[in-house]
Amino acid sequence: MSHISRRKLITTGLAAAAGVTGLGVAAKLAGRFGLIPPDAGVLYGAGETLTYAAHRLLTRHTMVQQFGRNLISKDPFANPVDPLSADFQRSQQAGFADWRLAVDGLVAKPASFSLAELSSFPSSSQITLIACEEGWSYIAEWSGVPLSHILNQVGALPQAHYVVYRSFQTDWWDSLDMAEALHPQTLLATGMNGSALPVPFGGPLRMRVPRQLGYKNVKYITRLTVTDDIKRFGKGLGSASPEGGYSWYAGI
Amino acid sequence: MGTITQVNEAVHPRHAGVVRLTHWVITISFLALLVTGVEILISHPRFYWGETGNVNTPTLFKIPIPSSRGSVPTGYNYVLPDQNGWSRYLHFEAAWLAVLTGLLYAAFGFFRGHFRRNLLPAAADLSPKRLTSEIGRHLRFERPGEEEAWSYNSLQRLTYLLVIFVLFPLIIWTGLAMSPAAVSVFPPAFTVLGGRQSARTIHFFVSIALVLFLSVHVLMVFLAGFRKRVGAMITGRAAARGERV
Repeated sequence: MSHISRRKLITTGLAAAAGVTGLGVAAKLAGRFGLIPPDAGVLYGAGETLTYAAHRLLTRHTMVQQFGRNLISKDPFANPVDPLSADFQRSQQAGFADWRLAVDGLVAKPASFSLAELSSFPSSSQITLIACEEGWSYIAEWSGVPLSHILNQVGALPQAHYVVYRSFQTDWWDSLDMAEALHPQTLLATGMNGSALPVPFGGPLRMRVPRQLGYKNVKYITRLTVTDDIKRFGKGLGSASPEGGYSWYAGI
Repeated sequence: MGTITQVNEAVHPRHAGVVRLTHWVITISFLALLVTGVEILISHPRFYWGETGNVNTPTLFKIPIPSSRGSVPTGYNYVLPDQNGWSRYLHFEAAWLAVLTGLLYAAFGFFRGHFRRNLLPAAADLSPKRLTSEIGRHLRFERPGEEEAWSYNSLQRLTYLLVIFVLFPLIIWTGLAMSPAAVSVFPPAFTVLGGRQSARTIHFFVSIALVLFLSVHVLMVFLAGFRKRVGAMITGRAAARGERV
């Protein structure tokens, strides 16, 4: 009996030691290959890291489904936003002629683009589904400039890890890793269903990230900051969402 | 001699160690998934079919409860507190735990003969006559005989097989169908479900089926003897101390 239990004790101890070492090595490797999300906290860190790492290993280059024109929703829903400021309304009355998209951070040539300049860039359009974390969804045709084009235009530096984006509504800011930022379906959208993007849907400029949920698709974008250190922004969790209790990565 | 029976019991417990461990880990994960799933559902208690659906479109059906979002017309003039943040974090973490544990269980079930030996019903037990009498025995709430402390009856086997091989895979599949990134890996594997909203609706009905299973399962455990049955699933011993022959 004692012989068996000693052997059992030793094997269990060895297995536990191997397990802990294995977890340590796995965590180190995951960190090195950028597989840990910025909001990997204590309580939900394991689940978030498993999801994010699995997606980065399996979905780095995958494309979301495009739908036929006949499937464009006739009744899309513009999730209500907080009342827009007087400054925003002034800009809106002037046809957003003074709207600027500033791009700074780890870029060779920081720049600021007007909507007219953005519309002179190669445009891309997609008929894709947008889904809210609450459960509802609609399909629309989105058009705009691929984010990758803007990043090439300003010369994003090779050490860049994240693109932070901010809204005219300063409570809203978010970030994408480079895999998502350089993905061909990630757009700065200026149009919806053949006309200018309506204000309730994020006009004049909305981040369109079709591989993630609606809340990553922040409305009224004014600034992009390329960075290698996401911890310097806000509370260091990657976006305003985790500060409000929601996960940074929304590819689920 | 006492040592030999102990050793035998250690080698052939009522439920194998892997079965006991995975049973309770999945129980905990399932309860976490259930509570958080209900919280997430409350933020939009409306169901649709196809790819799209929102408050501007007709529903397949609504659940007559208040919502945690003011934008949802529910007929109630109050809004419940929003619990989606932590509910979503925990839902997906518990889903990982359930799926990884489930894979361990499935590997054990296939490779160590657990499915074949303990869950596959004998062909003779599947005759209409035998099945009808088994159903009758359940409907009369008859207490199971001594042999059922060591083996599952045919209805039990069929139900467990349904849960393990139909309901669990279906709820994982429909859950993944709501992940935009997961769907992008191979869209046809998910569009066959009928679209994102269809998948959400099926996910809801499968969770109802699982709750129904859990309720009947717990009821049956009470009927068969709560302490003995739960004890067997914790310690692996079929009979309580002192009752052992």
